[in-house]
Amino acid sequence: MAEAAFATQISAAAQPLLAVQNLEAWYGESHVLHGINFDVRPGEVVTLLGRNGAGKTTTLKAIMGILPKRKGSVTFEGTETIGLPSRAIARAGIAFCPEERGIFSSLSVEENLMLPPQVKPGGMSVEQIFDLFPNLKERLSSQGTKLSGGEQQMLAIGRILRTGAKMLLLDEPTEGLAPVIIQQIGRTIARLKQEGFTIVLVEQNFHFASSVADRHFIVEQGRVIDMIPNEELDANIEKLHGYLGV
Amino acid sequence: MFELLGIPPQALFGQLLLGLINGSFYAILSLGLAIIFGLLNIINFTHGAQYMLGAFVAWMLLTYFGVPYWGALLLAPVLVGIKGVIIERLLISRLYHLDHLYGLLLTFGLALIIQGLLRNQYGISGLPYAIPPQLSGGQNLGFMFLPNYRAWVVVASLVVCLATWFVIEKTRLGAYLRAATENPTLVGAFGINVPRMITLTYGFGVALAAFAGVLAAPIYAVNPNMGADLIIVVFAVVVIGGMGSILGAIVTGFGLGLVEGLTKVFYPEASSVIIFVIMAIVLLVKPAGLFGRTA
Repeated sequence: MAEAAFATQISAAAQPLLAVQNLEAWYGESHVLHGINFDVRPGEVVTLLGRNGAGKTTTLKAIMGILPKRKGSVTFEGTETIGLPSRAIARAGIAFCPEERGIFSSLSVEENLMLPPQVKPGGMSVEQIFDLFPNLKERLSSQGTKLSGGEQQMLAIGRILRTGAKMLLLDEPTEGLAPVIIQQIGRTIARLKQEGFTIVLVEQNFHFASSVADRHFIVEQGRVIDMIPNEELDANIEKLHGYLGV
Repeated sequence: MFELLGIPPQALFGQLLLGLINGSFYAILSLGLAIIFGLLNIINFTHGAQYMLGAFVAWMLLTYFGVPYWGALLLAPVLVGIKGVIIERLLISRLYHLDHLYGLLLTFGLALIIQGLLRNQYGISGLPYAIPPQLSGGQNLGFMFLPNYRAWVVVASLVVCLATWFVIEKTRLGAYLRAATENPTLVGAFGINVPRMITLTYGFGVALAAFAGVLAAPIYAVNPNMGADLIIVVFAVVVIGGMGSILGAIVTGFGLGLVEGLTKVFYPEASSVIIFVIMAIVLLVKPAGLFGRTA
């Protein structure tokens, strides 16, 4: 029932920037995604919520094209990307910040920051990134992995802001971080939204998710089973707790 | 002091120079192997054959086309490098999803085929390649005689090694290479064409081997087996330096060449095994190699 209501909401949504339909994906033999459906409008922040192992991270990886096998449909700015290699998806303007952050230990902080090539005009300047994350400026010549967890997360987000990609996939940016850093990341996401970025956020931290997102998609066993707009969150809190098992 | 040890300086410095020359080849070859292993994760057993091909192509360019040494020094690495690119695209790239062992077997087989073909055509007696006239002769340094060509080999390989190190450690291109060595998937997800980078890296590593082959042509006879003899020692050098370490490959290459030279002076009987003895000790004490990072 919830699924039907949710499907109507999708069709009502005007001109999504990213539309994911019947997305399936595999890790080797194991079938992880069984048909993910959701869409993201330009300038929106949406979250994928769900229990561990529900398929949230896999969904981001499948959108990014870094899984060996996927099918279904992922359209970005109206263009089908399901058959493209991940480098072409990046070039189309989608940027990915992985859960493990992916800071390169053989690169300095500066080299890590400058690594992703510009794929579109209009990316943030290095100065603007330092404005968001002043810590990075102090540590440019350090080895990338010598940074604290929080600084590594800032570096992982900062480096994809340079590329000009306007669609960001952020996988658990608050995982394992101190509350004060989480607040800083939250302010950053709010500011990125203001500047017109569109963001898909995978989160375990429900409180954090509700403070930054417009809509929440609930992922369970490789499917999106519900969508809750942020303003209706309070009314649906019981249902949500049921989904997340908290 | 040298006379005190019963060794005339001529002999000492002569062997040190010889060690430095061998070290030059060890360094360039192990550098190429280290770069290839870092990014492709295969142990390129064809490396010796590609070094030998560099010398052969230089010889062919001179004999059949009249291209002199300096032209060959540029052209032979390019030609052999292109052959490497074709081999990577056609054969090696099909093995990345399999165990290391398959890459090793494939490249070992390729080396045997290349050597066999050339042996069939040119025999094993070795073909002479003259020292370029600009570099014939030598300098009397007082304590020893320094042939110009040998000095050139040491300088040229040092320059090539340091330039390669600089590009890999200090430039944007090198940052891509290092990042792709660590996490090729993520580098691809940033929009970088990793497969093309892998192909070009293999081509470059092969070109380095061919460059060493051209340098070697006037010193050693151009012979289908010249690479097979050398590559075993080079593998020992790579193991001692640590797989995948750029600076390690260079320093260990030159260093072990010198150690080998000194052994020839002080205890000649051990000179052909000293590198393997060192390898065994290093493996016992520091299995990742002197410059290797433990994974």
